[in-house]
Amino acid sequence: MAVRKPPVTTREYWAPGHAACAGCGCAIALRLATKAFSEAMEEKYGDPNAFAIAQATGCMEVVSAVFPYTAWKVPWVHVAFENAAAAASGIEAAWKKKGIKGKILAIGGDGGTADIGLQALSGMLERWHNVVYLMYDNEAYMNTGIQRSSSTPYGAWTTTSPPGKYSIGEDKPKKWVALIAAAHQVPYVATASIGNPFDFIKKVKKAAKVDGPAFIQVHCTCPTGWRTPLEKGVEIARLAIETGIWPLFEIEYGDIWNIKIQPPGGGAKVHKEGGRVVRIEFKKPIEEYLKLQGRFKHLFKRPEAIEELRNQIKAMWKVLGVEAILPKPEE
Amino acid sequence: MPIRTVMKANEAAAWAAKLAKPKVIAAFPITPSTLVPEKISEFVANGELDAEFIKVESEHSAISALVGAAAAGVRTFTATASQGLALMHEVLFIAAGMRLPIVMAIGNRSLSAPINIWNDWQDSISQRDTGWMQFYAENNQEALDLILLAYKVAEDERVLLPAMVGFDAFILTHTVEPVEIPDQEVVDEFLGEYEPKHAYVDPHRPITQGTLAFPAHYMETRYLVWEAMERAKKVIDEAFAEFEKKFGRKYQKIEEYKTEDADIIFVTMGSLAGTLKEWVDKKREEGYKVGAAKMTVYRPFPVEEIRELAKKTKVLAFIEKNISMGLYGAVFTDASAALINESEKPILLDFIAGLGGRDVTFDQLDEALSIAKKALEEGKVEKPISWIGLRKELL
Repeated sequence: MAVRKPPVTTREYWAPGHAACAGCGCAIALRLATKAFSEAMEEKYGDPNAFAIAQATGCMEVVSAVFPYTAWKVPWVHVAFENAAAAASGIEAAWKKKGIKGKILAIGGDGGTADIGLQALSGMLERWHNVVYLMYDNEAYMNTGIQRSSSTPYGAWTTTSPPGKYSIGEDKPKKWVALIAAAHQVPYVATASIGNPFDFIKKVKKAAKVDGPAFIQVHCTCPTGWRTPLEKGVEIARLAIETGIWPLFEIEYGDIWNIKIQPPGGGAKVHKEGGRVVRIEFKKPIEEYLKLQGRFKHLFKRPEAIEELRNQIKAMWKVLGVEAILPKPEE
Repeated sequence: MPIRTVMKANEAAAWAAKLAKPKVIAAFPITPSTLVPEKISEFVANGELDAEFIKVESEHSAISALVGAAAAGVRTFTATASQGLALMHEVLFIAAGMRLPIVMAIGNRSLSAPINIWNDWQDSISQRDTGWMQFYAENNQEALDLILLAYKVAEDERVLLPAMVGFDAFILTHTVEPVEIPDQEVVDEFLGEYEPKHAYVDPHRPITQGTLAFPAHYMETRYLVWEAMERAKKVIDEAFAEFEKKFGRKYQKIEEYKTEDADIIFVTMGSLAGTLKEWVDKKREEGYKVGAAKMTVYRPFPVEEIRELAKKTKVLAFIEKNISMGLYGAVFTDASAALINESEKPILLDFIAGLGGRDVTFDQLDEALSIAKKALEEGKVEKPISWIGLRKELL
């Protein structure tokens, strides 16, 4: 009887027993990322352990390293909130001088990456350090209790973007750090999601194997901050892909003209011209994604806000060179 | 053979770094320290120094990268000043808390506002509570020597704390003075290899560094830093003694000058000590019983040495280029704390001088002397603090 090879190594680097909330999507992302990373290191250097982590302050840091305990089976360093990329630069430089073969994985949330850590990230990318930066994007400052970040999507409730008589909730479009990273023309930039773990594993391995810097922005759900059922994380993340809210793409050396778009699934029709994706007809309306989450509940009383969000998503796809056709729910 | 040459303090700092052979350097240019990374770039470009030089996008990332590198177990170096040091502030606590012996050169410069590139000590004095040791150089030779000494003490297993070495902006950073460059072999022997047992990033010995600590553990980590700083006092003395044996130059936490039989002793740090000694010579000739003392080590604070010094005089006056708003200068305040429970102590005075690069002249020192003399005659003082060299017409 043939045994199917598991999609990624069964070795664990992110041990069970960490203190993340039940149903945490980011914990899934980190577990998969470290597995994929070790597999890539094994393939590239013949040593599955040839990596170390520099991590920014945030949920995943405080839940995994509470003295005297640690969830990390790899060398792991935390310095502060805004400097994971800089700390990773230093570790990478030390490894170079010590002749240690391998790659550094820098990890930060959306707050530590899109906001306070953006400058350090930019420096790390332009200096061409041999580091993969993984931004786990749960779309708000969750560690401090759900405050908006520049990665918070339009219309979302957070404690600092509450809907009210004069407020729709978050009123700015989401900032896409992956595109800012791509502007540095680094070897590899990708978006990923825990809603498509196979794609995510593949991308982490790709990023880990390139020579030079890489950046991955992975969408991960946060039941606590999104006000969602604990067991629905992966399903919700998948709906983000299928409705067009979360694009999956790869950009190599900043070559946006040759952006690789991964098909969203969920019945969406992908049209190509000359090998490029030019149009996607989504089948599922964004409402299917929104309605499962408490953070968007108030939008259903404000149909014009949902329309605005739809327009913003179209505009985001346009930046990627794709015409997105987003259906409305069955009227 | 040591080489006798002339150079600026910035170059001396770069030379010290070259001699110490750090593996990772990360720096961001800032006046007046810019020449340090420039010179180091040259050393690296010419193959004279085998180090990774990370050209970071800010001082915040400079120190963050060094925390990463030092956590990975290598010797590190950086140089900064003023706003750059202020930008590093939060990470300085982390470097000390993680027990990483990073060494940093500071071209002591004022803090904004108003923006001003000239000398005072406000930048490094403002970092006094971070857990970094602090040394202050009187001249360019001291800038070089103290950086080597800083490595020696910082990397000692009884200490394991970062250290900064300050030298005055422009007065030293940009001024050419005679400097003796020691032999590489002797420096190698003095410093040895840095191979930490507590900090490494090794794929085959994974450890977790920089964890969260709950109230059940945090306080002890702070105590251990404090205790290491206390232990550093003895280690510094040992390092000074060994340095003198190897290089022939003598260092002390507090260096005294003509303090025997002095009624008034002026204490200062940095390049001002040179001015002060010359002025003391002049005053001695005029018949005044004054002495001078130079503080080389500000953190850990030389409590014992201050107590010894205080026993020798009737008035102990501090001249310092910094001010703690709402109180006095920091050196005076710390020294007062060191003397607080002494049964007998001299009258203590504080003189704030030379902020933002204003020259501290003999005339200003005379002004301080007249205030000190009055205190001596009256046997008491109303207000211990005086600002000297102020332009009254601007106030």
